[in-house]
Amino acid sequence: MTTAIAIDGISKMFRLYRERPTSLKQRLLVSRSRSEEFWALRDVSFDIAEGSSMGLVGHNGSGKTTLLKCIAGILRPTAGTIRYRGRLAALLELGAGFHPDLTGRENVYLNASFLGLSRRQTDRIYDDVVAFAELDDFMDNQVKFYSSGMLVRLGFAVAVHVDPEVLLIDEVLAVGDESFQRRCLDRIRRFQSEGRTIVLVTHALDVVRQVCDEAVMLDHGRVQAIGAPDDVVRTLRHRMLSDDPTFVPEEGSREVEISGVVLESDGGLRDTVHPGEGMTITVDLRADVAVPDAAVSFAVVSASSNLHVLEGKTSRLGVSLGHIDGKKRVRFRIPPAPWASGTYFVSVGLDSPDGRLFHVQTQHYPLTVPDVDDVPHALAVEPTVEVEDL
Amino acid sequence: MERTSEPPRLHVGARLRELIAHREVLVNLVRKELKVKYTASVLGAVWSLLNPVMFLAVFSLVVFVLDNNVPDFPVFLLSGLLAWNFLSNALQAGSRSVIDNANLVKKMAFPREILPLSAVGVALFDFVLQSVVLLVFIAVYPGHGFQLPELALYPVAIVTMLVFATALTFWAASLNVRYRDVGHLLNLALLVWFWATPIVYQGWLVQEKLQTVRFLGLDLWTLYLLNPVAVIVLGFQRALYSIVVPAPGEEPILPPMSLGTLAGLLFAVLAVSVLLLFLAWRSFFHRSGDFAEEL
Repeated sequence: MTTAIAIDGISKMFRLYRERPTSLKQRLLVSRSRSEEFWALRDVSFDIAEGSSMGLVGHNGSGKTTLLKCIAGILRPTAGTIRYRGRLAALLELGAGFHPDLTGRENVYLNASFLGLSRRQTDRIYDDVVAFAELDDFMDNQVKFYSSGMLVRLGFAVAVHVDPEVLLIDEVLAVGDESFQRRCLDRIRRFQSEGRTIVLVTHALDVVRQVCDEAVMLDHGRVQAIGAPDDVVRTLRHRMLSDDPTFVPEEGSREVEISGVVLESDGGLRDTVHPGEGMTITVDLRADVAVPDAAVSFAVVSASSNLHVLEGKTSRLGVSLGHIDGKKRVRFRIPPAPWASGTYFVSVGLDSPDGRLFHVQTQHYPLTVPDVDDVPHALAVEPTVEVEDL
Repeated sequence: MERTSEPPRLHVGARLRELIAHREVLVNLVRKELKVKYTASVLGAVWSLLNPVMFLAVFSLVVFVLDNNVPDFPVFLLSGLLAWNFLSNALQAGSRSVIDNANLVKKMAFPREILPLSAVGVALFDFVLQSVVLLVFIAVYPGHGFQLPELALYPVAIVTMLVFATALTFWAASLNVRYRDVGHLLNLALLVWFWATPIVYQGWLVQEKLQTVRFLGLDLWTLYLLNPVAVIVLGFQRALYSIVVPAPGEEPILPPMSLGTLAGLLFAVLAVSVLLLFLAWRSFFHRSGDFAEEL
C-alpha cells in the first residue's frame, strides 16, 4: 500500500493580537504589540493511503480546517512536513479563483492554472468542462453576469476535470441544492472507484460513515482518534457528551457482559436503515459467573436533537432471559418506521431484576438513516415473465 | 514522494523551480489584470500612452514658462519618465496585490510571490508599450537619434530597474497585509521621491549646486546619488537622450561623468538591488505562509 499524503509532525501557530496593530502608528506607539501564541495544530502525524478516503472530523476550532488548508498548501505549517504523491486539487469553495470581469472561458483557463494545468492541458479538457457545466452559450460572457448556480456548475466542472490524484473537499461543498449535493456525492464515489484519494472535512457524521474508509478526529489541534469511521465517530460523540459530568461511556459490574451488538436493516445493510424499513438489533451476552436473570435494554438517540427516538427493554416487552450461564443472544425486531434521516447512536444496557447494572454502553453504536430520495441506480432484481394465450 | 510542503525558510533554488512550475498562473494573472484594466474602456491600451503624453504636455509648458532651455526636451523628459512610471506603477499596484486578491489567497494554493510579480508584469507591459513608442519617436525626432556606445547602458538600466522595483514591490505587498497604511505612506514617499530624482530637471543643475556643499564629510551630490532611482534614471537618460554638453562651451545637461563611471554606478545599484531582492523575497516568503489567515 503506497502513501498518497504523509503528514509528519505538523504544527501550526497563529499569533493572536489582543489589539492587533493594523497601522504603523499603532505599531510604533504601542511599544510592543501584545500577542499570544495560539497553536491550531500540535504535532499532527498520520498517513493517507493511496486510493483511500480520509475523513477529518472534530468540533469547531478543533483545527480540522487548518489542517486541510495546510495539506492544500494554502497555509504553511510552522513545523513539520507534508509529503505528497500526485496532483492535488482542493475544493474549498466553489467559484473561488474566478474573476467577475473575465469571461467564462478565460476563467476556466485561470482556474485550471491554479490547479496546476498548462494552457495546452486546459485546451484538452475545455470542451468536456463546458459540456459538463452545460454552459456552451455563455462561455464568452463575463462571469459577473452568471447566476450563482452557473458559477457553481462551472467551478465544479473545472475541479473534477483537472484529473487530480488527490481531492481535498471542505464541508462548504455540502451546501447547495439537493440535486447538486447528490451530484457531488456521486462524483466522489466515482473518484473512489477510480482509485483516487479523497480527504474530506465535514460536520456531517453520516457523510463520514458513508463515504470514508478511515477517519481522524482532531481536538484542540491534536489527533484524538484515528481509525475506522464508526470508532472515530463514536469517540467524537462521546467527547461531546463528556461535557455533561454525569456521562459515563461504559460502566457496570461486568458479571454479565455485552460481547457484541449488530445493527442490521431488513435489507441486510449494517449500521444503516432506510426510512420505512424494519431493522434488527442483535445483542450477544456472555456471563462469566451464572446469574439468575437479567434484562437487556436499548435506546436509539438522535445525534442532532439528543431525543430518545426509540427505547425497548426485555422485561417491559414481557420477555425473561432466565438463568444465564455462558452465552445468550437477544434480538430486538423493530418494525418498518418512518425514520428521519440523520445520524443516531444506540445505547445498550444490561441489568439485574433488582436494578443492579451489569454492563451499560452509552451511545456506543452509530446508526445512519440516509436521505430518502436516492439517485436513480440499477435495480438489482431479476424480472420474471409470463405468457398467456388469449 | 514527489513533493513536500513549503519549508519554513526560503530556499532560493527550490522556490525558483516552484515559481517556474507556476508560470501559467503568472501569465494568466497578468492577462487578467490587463484585461480588467483595459477591457471596459473604449480606448484600451491607448490610456497607457496618454499618461506620458499628458505629462509631456504639462512639463513642456512649465519648461517654456521657466525659460529653461533643454534641447529636445520631450526626449529628455520621456527617457527618464518612463522608468519612473514603471517603478511607481509596479509599487502602487504591487502593494495592493495581496490584499486585492484576498479571495484567491484564502482559497487557492500557489506561490504568493506570483501576486506582486504579476503587478510588476503589468507595469512592465505598459513600460514596453511606452518604450516602443518612445524609441520610434527618438528615431524620427529631427536632429536626434541614438548614440551607439551610450545605448549599451539601456539594457543595464532596464535590468537594474526591474530588480530594484521587484524588491520594493515584495516589501510593500507583504507589509501592506499587516499594516494597511503602507499604501498612504507609499503615495507620499513616491511624491517626494519623484522630485528627488532628476526626471523633470537636468542632473547637471543638481550636481552644480550640490557638489560644493559638504555634509558629514561627503559632498551632497554624492549623497544625492545614493538614491538608486536617480542613478537608474541617469542611466536611461544617458542611453536614450545622450546629450551631455549640447555644444562646446555651453552648460551641460546631464552630469558630465564618463560612461564608465555611470556604468559602474549602475552596476553598483544592480548589485545592491539583487541583495535587496533577496532580503525582500525572504521576508515576503516568511510572511506569506500566514497571508490566508491574516487577510
